[in-house]
Amino acid sequence: MSTTTTFSDEVKARLEVDAKEIIGRYPQSRSALLPLLHLVQAEEGYVSAAGIAFCAEQLGLTKAEVTAVATFYTMYKRRPVGDYHVGVCTNTLCAVMGGDEIFETLKEHLEVGNNEATEDGRVSLEHVECNAACDFAPVVMVNWEFFDNQTPESAKELVDDLRLGNDVRPTRGPDSLCTFKQASRLLAGFADDRATEGPQAAGPSLVGLELARERGWAAPDPDDLPPAPVLDEGEGETK
Amino acid sequence: MTTDAQPATALTPVLSRNWDRPDSFTLQSYRETGGYEALRTALNTDPDSLVNMVKSSGLRGRGGAGFPTGMKWSFLPADNPKPRYLVVNADESEPGTCKDIPLMLANPHVLLEGIVISAYAIRSSQAFIYVRGEVLHVIRRLKHAVAEAYDAGLLGRDILGSGFDLDVVVHAGAGAYICGEETALLDSLEGYRGQPRLKPPFPAVSGLYASPTVVNNVESIASVPSIVANGVEWFTAMGTEKSAGFGFFSLSGHVARPGQYEAPLGVTLRELLDMAGGVRAGHELKFWTPGGSSTPILTDEHLDTPLDFESVGSAGSMLGTRALQIFDDTTCVVRAVGRWIAFYAHESCGKCTPCREGNFWMVQVLDRLEKGEGTEDELDKLLDICDNLLGRAFCALGDGAASPVMSSIQHFRQEYIDHVEQGGCPFDHRKSTVWGADS
Repeated sequence: MSTTTTFSDEVKARLEVDAKEIIGRYPQSRSALLPLLHLVQAEEGYVSAAGIAFCAEQLGLTKAEVTAVATFYTMYKRRPVGDYHVGVCTNTLCAVMGGDEIFETLKEHLEVGNNEATEDGRVSLEHVECNAACDFAPVVMVNWEFFDNQTPESAKELVDDLRLGNDVRPTRGPDSLCTFKQASRLLAGFADDRATEGPQAAGPSLVGLELARERGWAAPDPDDLPPAPVLDEGEGETK
Repeated sequence: MTTDAQPATALTPVLSRNWDRPDSFTLQSYRETGGYEALRTALNTDPDSLVNMVKSSGLRGRGGAGFPTGMKWSFLPADNPKPRYLVVNADESEPGTCKDIPLMLANPHVLLEGIVISAYAIRSSQAFIYVRGEVLHVIRRLKHAVAEAYDAGLLGRDILGSGFDLDVVVHAGAGAYICGEETALLDSLEGYRGQPRLKPPFPAVSGLYASPTVVNNVESIASVPSIVANGVEWFTAMGTEKSAGFGFFSLSGHVARPGQYEAPLGVTLRELLDMAGGVRAGHELKFWTPGGSSTPILTDEHLDTPLDFESVGSAGSMLGTRALQIFDDTTCVVRAVGRWIAFYAHESCGKCTPCREGNFWMVQVLDRLEKGEGTEDELDKLLDICDNLLGRAFCALGDGAASPVMSSIQHFRQEYIDHVEQGGCPFDHRKSTVWGADS
């Protein structure tokens, strides 16, 4: 963990170019604060004192103002996470479907607690709240990519592969994982070129559509609408 | 539960109808299925007529509250000289809700087309998509779609030669459920802690940068092109009189085929469960949420309740986001509720005392109750805390937290008492897991 409170001149010069671009997207500069925090997290793997000082300087804010924001949001980390940050959903639905068992298994297997990284710095573990993939429960995220329908065994295999440097493929995501720092850069608004990789939709996302196709169901034909129901204007009734 | 009977209501895939094309997220694919045709129509229509069209369609906000979308648009003051903003709420994070994320992954262009039409209708030339940060690939797809749209002249200056300009910025959040609340979202988008603002003034009058602003959910905005393309009567041919149109019904949990079912509002859970192969084999429905964890839980008594805003309201809950989380007889309701409240406690922004303190204390009480270390009196304590939360918190997060507690005590009071009397949880949690159904 860096103990200096400012970035080196080289880092600063490089990030200033990015910061200028980010600030330019917004009608008012302060709107750039969240992406700038993602940007400094992309540099160091967490939001350090130097990162906070950088954001403050770019936006003309005090370090206290930036710190107040950085500490409000769960995704900004105050200590370095692993290259691969593993989030296990333990909100009610995933927990009931097996997320609790997956989280316990991974804590034991990796010998880490919540929000801790393995000694080699490869993998960190956190329990996360609902990640909007409930129809794929139980869900595990790695660097904010979806690993759907997990079991304790599949999750163990996943983190073993991450530690060994083997390729792993998200179930609904690009062909391989980027690192936590690279993920943070994307969140700062700098796109990589992987948007077209991976499936458009999978499994549960398609069950309704497939059933509709099978049964010949569709939304009404706009050129052949059923007659509108005649409202019963019963005698003597007033609104 | 029968699985072979044909339900009376048929599915109506509109937003999901191209999702089985492997390239559904590309501009070319979207255009091949009629995409951006509605935009041409819209740009040749007077903006006020578009607002009226959306108003008469009866489209109600798909993000949970169900406020009429067209009415929200019409609240923008005509005489305010400041720029107007359109902000899309893509911060989907209400527990159980999982519709906007697959929509943006599979078909980001239908959202973009909706954004251009809606921005034109409300005379805004700057839109933002506030998307939660924890969905990397969705952000890639959104940014890719925005870039494609700029290249094709569908965004930027003089869109399709109409003289209308629009810029769209994809803005990633950083992990805060409260930012799904529209005024907290605006504070967050302005670079502050995401805390809700006092209303009024509503965002329509004083929103982003204190300018007139419309904040709409992803699915609401994505539904607009279909209304423009097919007409108001087409939209109102689906759904009920006061809850018009279609929407995603997201089934999750102990159900044979969980997933997205796009259906007219007013479909019932019984019909949807028939389509989804029923509750998982060998088990019975115990409780469910109609629209996420903030909507009071219902039971098998409510299988035939039409899932529209009015009927679910009359049944004592809320339609919410149509996030149907299904729990079978292996599930401990005390554990389920305790976990939800731990979530609300974690996500409470801390601004108001009832929510910050109430949730903190409810976690302590529920934790004791679940372990069998609580007392029956503590049920009254929970209800008392809820009484201080519901309607007394600064925003809907506090109201939402009271929902699972109050409704679970209403329907399953005895189960709480069983924990007290047995000195522990009477359920084997392993049996609730996906792999533990037969253990």
